[in-house]
Amino acid sequence: MADIAKSFGSTRALVGVNLEVRRGEVHALVGENGAGKSTLMKVLSGALEPDAGHMVLEGKPYTPRGPLEARACGVAMIYQELSLAPEMSVEENVLLGVEPTQWGFVRRAEMRRLVEDALDRLQHPDIHPAARVGDLSIGNQQLVEVARALAADARVVVMDEPTSSLTQADTEVLFKVIRQLRDAGVSVIYISHFLEEVRAIADRFTVLRDGQAVGSGGVADTPTSEIIHLMVGRELEDMYHRTRHEVGEPVLSLEALTGEDMPLEADLELRRGEILGIAGLIGSGRTELVRAVFGLDPVVRGEVRVLGVTCTGWGPPRMIARGVGYLSEDRKTEGLAGNLTVADNLTLSRLGPYVSAGLLSRNRMRDAAWQWIERLGIRTQGPDQPVDGLSGGNQQKVALARLLHQEADVLLLDEPTRGIDVGSKADIYALIGELAAQGKAILWISSYLPELLGVCDSLAVMHRGVLSEKRAVADWSPEAIMEVATGGEVAPETVTAESEDPLGRTGATT
Amino acid sequence: MSQTDTEAPLLSDQPPAQPRIMNILGPMLGLILVIFAGGIAEYFKEGTLNYWSPQNQCLILTQTVTVALGAIGMTMVIISAGIDLSAGSLIALSACAAAYVIRGLATPGVSTLAGSEAVWLPLLGVAGGVVVGWMAGATNGLLITRLKLAPFIITLGMMTFARGLAKGVANMQRIDAPMNWISQFTNANLSLFRLDVTWGPISWYGPVAISAAVLVTIVLAVVAWLVLSRTRFGRHVFAIGSNEDCARLCGVRVEYVKWGVYAIAGALFGLAGVVDFGRLSVGDPTTAIGKELDIIAAVIIGGGSFNGGVGNVFGSLIGALLMAHLRNLCVHLGLPNYVQEMVVGAVIIVAVTVDKVRQGKQE
Repeated sequence: MADIAKSFGSTRALVGVNLEVRRGEVHALVGENGAGKSTLMKVLSGALEPDAGHMVLEGKPYTPRGPLEARACGVAMIYQELSLAPEMSVEENVLLGVEPTQWGFVRRAEMRRLVEDALDRLQHPDIHPAARVGDLSIGNQQLVEVARALAADARVVVMDEPTSSLTQADTEVLFKVIRQLRDAGVSVIYISHFLEEVRAIADRFTVLRDGQAVGSGGVADTPTSEIIHLMVGRELEDMYHRTRHEVGEPVLSLEALTGEDMPLEADLELRRGEILGIAGLIGSGRTELVRAVFGLDPVVRGEVRVLGVTCTGWGPPRMIARGVGYLSEDRKTEGLAGNLTVADNLTLSRLGPYVSAGLLSRNRMRDAAWQWIERLGIRTQGPDQPVDGLSGGNQQKVALARLLHQEADVLLLDEPTRGIDVGSKADIYALIGELAAQGKAILWISSYLPELLGVCDSLAVMHRGVLSEKRAVADWSPEAIMEVATGGEVAPETVTAESEDPLGRTGATT
Repeated sequence: MSQTDTEAPLLSDQPPAQPRIMNILGPMLGLILVIFAGGIAEYFKEGTLNYWSPQNQCLILTQTVTVALGAIGMTMVIISAGIDLSAGSLIALSACAAAYVIRGLATPGVSTLAGSEAVWLPLLGVAGGVVVGWMAGATNGLLITRLKLAPFIITLGMMTFARGLAKGVANMQRIDAPMNWISQFTNANLSLFRLDVTWGPISWYGPVAISAAVLVTIVLAVVAWLVLSRTRFGRHVFAIGSNEDCARLCGVRVEYVKWGVYAIAGALFGLAGVVDFGRLSVGDPTTAIGKELDIIAAVIIGGGSFNGGVGNVFGSLIGALLMAHLRNLCVHLGLPNYVQEMVVGAVIIVAVTVDKVRQGKQE
């Protein structure tokens, strides 16, 4: 791809981007959210037409007029949101849109043959052509997408953040398949936020920043810090910069908190100035825990005490009044009101100060919003921009700003850095450190171990609704965390030698 | 805290958010277009230009009141991502309630109210109509929030129930009530000026008048606009419509706000019913059948969206006006009733499509 440019109205999404992918290599495309990776790939796969530039595929000019034509030329795209029809079978999904037909009727025998061919190449006997795709695990669904690419005889396979919903085991399988593709001469373009993955699987990389290609090279020859530097355009020294903060009296206490399904008899104590991390596998009940604390889900048994006062019959309005704030893990469906403005979202949980004589002062709301925009470095045109026009990282900052504007003393953060770019992540880590230094208490749920180990003061692990005891972060090792997360015994830590799990994530084995 | 990039971020390189007044530009243009085209059409078909007469234009304002009042309430409901199909039936029910109260409390046998009755009874009638509408709306809201069923279903049930109830109250007939000031209020009696022009195709004569109810409607619209855009309650309504889960997380008492929205809408439908009673001078349980569709269409034309989180009271008024203009125009063009229906339907589709295209361009 040479000199690709693409604009949406006055937004220049891509400017003079050059990308070179060799045959039979795994090429990683990295960049912050909003850098233009998806746009570039959409141009490649024919979903978008570039305003300028040209593309060459295997020596011949390549100008797809649509995804179907791209597929026919051998470019297959696997989106982050899997595009499979859950009610249909594996076979039907693999050949969706390109079923072999005769007089409008589908030729089943040939379909069966093509699909089995593709699945064979995957070397994954678990997936049956007749199985209903909706019943497969996410990992297997991902592989069905790969089979779709293979069945179309793809020369180039593009994978957009393929591992964001995968367990570690599934990721290993996917990597094995990617290596097979590479050995067979297929080129794979791998888009990912996780630089450890890029290190593990990619041969070469290209970095996009603000719509431009700012660097490329061999993965083995380039240290991670340099890649980050290219991505972010500035030095990000010490991502997990620790601030000095003192831990004070308990502000949140849970005693035998039990919800309808999960959590089970959770005991916890969170102190002023403490950053307490909660690790665990997907589905271990961490979100259920904080939802129960915040009053969103019914509580069957147990007690929640905020600042020593026992809560009875609580719900979000009361918890907010007591100074508890909750950041949902799902900002799109729950965390933010998409078509409302930044100012609206930011002030929604505490509109009281802006009411005079029954009427709201929009100007004061806007002023307050500006303050927070500056303080958190939120990249937006202003308080009147609808929130869905912001990038993921900035949206998350708005959601966090809302908690701060609420003057919450206890912050319950559920996956606060999920799906946001490196630069915003660093900003958020620094911000949380500041808040802890100011005496706020923070509960931090994350599935990304390096983050938890780097930022938190203490850590607890959850497994199937059961919360382990809390320990100082220095007393935990990634292996110990993994063990508790998967149901093993909590062993006393005698050895502190840390062997880094290459992907740095808590994976599920069930 | 690391330094933020000082260069202008590409992502924010979008056209600035449009000022709010632009929101009703679309429907306004549509209205002007219809009025203009209508007059031309009348000239070519009938050879007259009476549709454009100030008398007619003001008459249309008077004719719009029922739908306009309903649209004010419906705007709130639609902004909250809800819907209320019972509007027409509540209008009928309230009209009958108002008539019932007046006839019931009046001295038997009179055909016009007199004395102190003339002052108080119609007031009670108005109160009766509004209260009935309000209670029905509150019932809608209660069922929707408690049973957690779709507003479509609940209000559909209420639509049928209320209609039946209205017929029962009216004993399957129409309720005659003695003449009272409600009729005067709702008919075009406020004469602004006289105009007599006869010139070629133009033959405009008579007083240019609107009803007092038009003024009341405008005042209520302003109040509703204030509530929606400048009060905490209004913010909450928008938040619930935009993302109910988010609103709940932010401590908005979602159930109470929704309840309130449907109750307020019900009260406004009740008032519309009182106006209807005034214009007909009888309580007719078969009135306003299908009116909810006009009302909903008015709100959508005015910029509301079924997804919730967006809507505009003044836009809805213009939408209501547009619909009334269409119906009036069909009469002036001598088109039969069924053509009216077809035209209104087509216009609704066109208006919503145009709006969608306009919004798509903004993104």
